[in-house]
Amino acid sequence: MKNGVVIVGAGHAGVQAAASLREDGYDGPVILIGDENELPYHKPPLSKTFIKDAEAKPQPLRGEAFYTGSAIDYRPGIRIDRIDTGRRSLEISGGGALAFDHLILATGSRPRTLPLPGSDLSGVLSLRSLADARLIRDLSAQSEDVVILGGGFIGLEIAATLRAAGRTVTVVEAVDRLLGRAVAPVVASHVRQRLEATGVRILTGTSISKLEGENGHVVAAITSSGERLPARMVIVGIGAVPNVELAQAAGLTIANGIRVDLQMRSSVPEILAIGDAASYRHWFTGGDVRLESVQNATDQARLAARTITGHADAYSAVPWFWSDIGDMKLQMVGLTAGGDSHVVLGDLPGNKFSIYHYTGDRLLGIESVNRPGDHMLGRKMLGAGFSPTPETVAMGPEGLKAALAAFQQEEPARAAG
Amino acid sequence: MTKLTFIAHDGTQFDVDAENGSTVMENAIRHAVPGIEAECGGACACATCHVYVDEAWTAEVGEPEAMEEDMLDFAYDVQPNSRLSCQIKVRDALDGLVVRVPERQG
Ligand SMILES: Cc1cc2nc3c(=O)[nH]c(=O)nc-3n(C[C@H](O)[C@H](O)[C@H](O)COP(=O)(O)OP(=O)(O)OC[C@H]3O[C@@H](n4cnc5c(N)ncnc54)[C@H](O)[C@@H]3O)c2cc1C
Ligand code: FES
Repeated sequence: MKNGVVIVGAGHAGVQAAASLREDGYDGPVILIGDENELPYHKPPLSKTFIKDAEAKPQPLRGEAFYTGSAIDYRPGIRIDRIDTGRRSLEISGGGALAFDHLILATGSRPRTLPLPGSDLSGVLSLRSLADARLIRDLSAQSEDVVILGGGFIGLEIAATLRAAGRTVTVVEAVDRLLGRAVAPVVASHVRQRLEATGVRILTGTSISKLEGENGHVVAAITSSGERLPARMVIVGIGAVPNVELAQAAGLTIANGIRVDLQMRSSVPEILAIGDAASYRHWFTGGDVRLESVQNATDQARLAARTITGHADAYSAVPWFWSDIGDMKLQMVGLTAGGDSHVVLGDLPGNKFSIYHYTGDRLLGIESVNRPGDHMLGRKMLGAGFSPTPETVAMGPEGLKAALAAFQQEEPARAAG
Repeated sequence: MTKLTFIAHDGTQFDVDAENGSTVMENAIRHAVPGIEAECGGACACATCHVYVDEAWTAEVGEPEAMEEDMLDFAYDVQPNSRLSCQIKVRDALDGLVVRVPERQG
């Protein structure tokens, strides 16, 4: 226990892992290393609010008092270059080594880049970190026209945010719908309609063939159909790739992420991996996944701490996610890919509805727009292993709550019997 | 500066100076008040910033909006004076506000 736990990556996952180690009574050293020069902060507000408000401050994940008060040795601005698995030690960029008993890799992911003529012009940005968000905020203050490549969650959040700040925004998406396979087609088209109603222009089934610049700064994006879209700023939001290089060079198994078991252990047992960088077999679907969400990062962090303190259970957290796109609060619970039928509750034109996805008679998950009650009840239902019938869903929230309560009453009896 | 008092579940009291316009949650995080997790960073999406507003203050603090109420509905041990602290903005009229932290979040 003398070298303690070293955590590489001070994002949502890394910070929660440090906190959970202390909550679980771990009393060895806890060293949290991050390559950003910031007090670790929340990423989701960056695309939703931060970039449009010159006064906005970053939201710290924890106050400084937390690190000192919990004896967490947070070392910002440090990059780890190499893991020596044999000696259980890390090489610090610029010199120095650091030994560990356990290592938690919480290195996150980074924006996918687009090899495109002109993508190295200034004004071509992507959003992952607070530093990126500051660049976007500063440049957007001087940019009338913004083009966003990619119609995923982050791209659409940025589109709505900058549109609300008065910019002329065009979203260019290569496939013929928004949000990929992350949401049901009816949700995707709802989001599209509402964004368009605010004046965001959306081009699906369109790609960008090149970016044009003047004096080294981007001025336009040229679409595959030859249209010239003026742009002082181009934001590339075409997904993320996991930061696995450190793990890969150390010989850990990689499979679309650092491969971990249900206790978050990599192929080297004293090295764990969590968050955006980790891939694993999901208990809920039986499929292999790598999820990019705050829930995934923090729940895996809690479990990694339990693994290290010696009382690990298997990962069994219910996946959930949210995204705020303009006046739409999207909330997702469960994993809905592979559903074969669905039930809709609520009112689409009224911008308040939920979609309950089924495969056969099993509830896979719920997508909600401005119906947080449905989402929260969904978390309880899936957490309890309760799959209401479509008929029960049609009864609405009160009927569902009653059905869940009845199920939980019976559950102990069922377990005992 | 507006004075706020947090009372953690174990009774520890935190007296803090809060900036107007910040949220009650942000101040709890800054001062590492135990029991406030605020996993979504104030987006009203996690319900892990639940507090009880001292009875003397409930009228001044006001009622939750519909979205918050829906989220709160599923928090742990919800009382009539429950609020999500990320949805309470600090202002002059809240000088002296006292909030208590529940035994656990969710
Ligand atoms: C703009 C934006 C909006 C988002 N909105 C939402 C949302 O609304 N809801 C939601 O659920 N999720 C959202 N997400 C996703 C969520 O933020 C991520 O899933 C989460 O941050 C993952 O946490 P993590 O700790 O795995 O990675 P990160 O938070 O990315 O942290 C990884 C850290 O490790 C550092 N690092 C990497 N390699 C090294 C190294 N070798 N040495 C030292 N440090 C290193 C990185 O610089 C980074 O600071 C959003 C993400 C972004 C970028
Ligand atoms: S911080 Fe998530 S609901 Fe308040």
